[in-house]
Amino acid sequence: MTLLSVRDLCVSTAGGLRLVDGVSFEVQKGERVGLIGESGSGKSLTALAIVGLLGEGLRATGQVLFENEDLLAVSERRRCQLRGNALSMVFQEPMTALNPTMRVGKQVGEALRVHRGLSRRAAARAAVELLARVELPHPERCAVMYPHELSGGQRQRAMMAIAISCDPLLVVADEPTTALDVTVQRRVLELLDRLVAEEGCALLLITHDLAVVSEMCDRVVTMYGGRVVEVGPVERMVSSPAHPYTEALLATSLAVSIDAPSDGALPTIAGNVPAAGQFPSGCAFRDRCPRRAPACEETPLLAGDATHKVACWRPITEPVGSPAR
Amino acid sequence: MTAAPVEIAGACQRDRAGIRRWARNPSAAAGGALVGLIVAVALVSLVWTPYPPLAVDPSHSLAGPSWSHPLGTDQYGRDVLSRLMAGSRVSLYAGVVSVLVATVAGVPAGLLAAQWGGVPAQVVLRLSDVLYAFPALLAAIVLSAALGSSTTTAMLAIGIAFVPVLVRVTRSNALVVLGSDYVLAARAYGRRPLAILRRHVLPNIATTLIAQMSLLFSLAILAEAGLDYLGLGTTPPTASWGDMIQTAQNYLSQDPLLSVWPGTAIFLAVLGFSLLGEGTAELRNARLGRSA
Repeated sequence: MTLLSVRDLCVSTAGGLRLVDGVSFEVQKGERVGLIGESGSGKSLTALAIVGLLGEGLRATGQVLFENEDLLAVSERRRCQLRGNALSMVFQEPMTALNPTMRVGKQVGEALRVHRGLSRRAAARAAVELLARVELPHPERCAVMYPHELSGGQRQRAMMAIAISCDPLLVVADEPTTALDVTVQRRVLELLDRLVAEEGCALLLITHDLAVVSEMCDRVVTMYGGRVVEVGPVERMVSSPAHPYTEALLATSLAVSIDAPSDGALPTIAGNVPAAGQFPSGCAFRDRCPRRAPACEETPLLAGDATHKVACWRPITEPVGSPAR
Repeated sequence: MTAAPVEIAGACQRDRAGIRRWARNPSAAAGGALVGLIVAVALVSLVWTPYPPLAVDPSHSLAGPSWSHPLGTDQYGRDVLSRLMAGSRVSLYAGVVSVLVATVAGVPAGLLAAQWGGVPAQVVLRLSDVLYAFPALLAAIVLSAALGSSTTTAMLAIGIAFVPVLVRVTRSNALVVLGSDYVLAARAYGRRPLAILRRHVLPNIATTLIAQMSLLFSLAILAEAGLDYLGLGTTPPTASWGDMIQTAQNYLSQDPLLSVWPGTAIFLAVLGFSLLGEGTAELRNARLGRSA
């Protein structure tokens, strides 16, 4: 059953600059979808547009169907009802995403007070239980602390506690571990994995790390230049990506794991992500692509079978590892 | 539930620790002591002063300090210490009324201006500019003429003059908080705009507001004294520090000390409230793990 269906989502600035350009994908009930791409490819904006929290001056068009309800068309009041309830979000920066003047327990109980109408006392009790569920040591003590008394990893756990407090159907996690120490990243991801499994909810995980996605997700959506360039099941995307950009991302994340063959230099993707509005015409990845051809001057459309789609004029057809061409 | 006792015990510990931290912060301790002293004097003066502050004794006019009149007497032979004590009530009242007026009007206006943005915010801000441009003294004169000269009228004028200050301080600080990640997170868990202002924005700008309000409080005491001096505030014979300075001026050559006493009282009150505000802000920042 389709839970979230994003159709032709565009996010543009007041000046008409398209930062997200015609993004479409679906998330099924209980499915885990990874949204990958470098910084500047529009994945965070896509996430914010889905939950309706775009910054001032940004406008979203298209459709975001959540349980057949178009979130872009409903009132802000209705969106407030859904946010934190059926649709919750975990942010990238745990250091700044908690109110410094509010005790952790009170903050964790906030969503429950908003959506379940819990009393202050009941919310405080529920918060302690939630903090225990996210494996914070001494949840009673943590509940009466201020955010600055917790570490980054602990704060991110508290954020996750808020996100799952109202039994969401979909959790949108925007690079939940990027701001954390490498040593705690893994444990926080394991926790997210377990919570999503326990809740049986769907997950939209935004990251640039394909290694993380390959462990946690069922399906992968690759974005570049504000467009979806490839969609497919995770096994397919990791073993034989069709888009050169997905392959390049894969190469960079595999090289970080210890057992990967290393010749000393870490693989990189040549060039930089251009600033918004400065992507080349046609295929946005054209200038950085090792397989570019004259055909790439025209925009490739997302095409393929029901499970796997790619937007590329010269997709990779051989599995990774075999010599190209 | 086992959490409750832990929570309560924790809170008590924090309270004791809070008092210790308070005592160790020089600004907070000195400010708290001065303000506490003034409040205590004002309370005592309600039930007891060495002499009735209005009792005239022509045989002892302009008598210098003595055992029976520690701070001397004024031109009507009224006991200066008694009048100084009674005058503290007027000063505190002045501060409370004007800061209350300014806060009740200015803080919500500033918060809403920050939240709304656009045209409504511009309207609020331009109105506050107009208020700011209007001379406070003139406002006081107009209000006194309309409502009759009294402490309350004078303080209403001062309070109104303070409104734009609080509007601006509130709005600019609220804008910063509204752009923060935790406000975004609060929206992400479904908090509505007004609740965000109350639960997230207000507590985070409280430090600045407290500091600003205590500064305004001390300014109000000064302004009240100034308006009394001009005859626009508290009307004689009620004892007020500003009025005492004004009358003392006529006897500066005969009894210079007469103006020193109320002057010192005003100085200490202003210093006390400024220090208290500064110290409170420092302590709150320290508790929330913020620097400066």
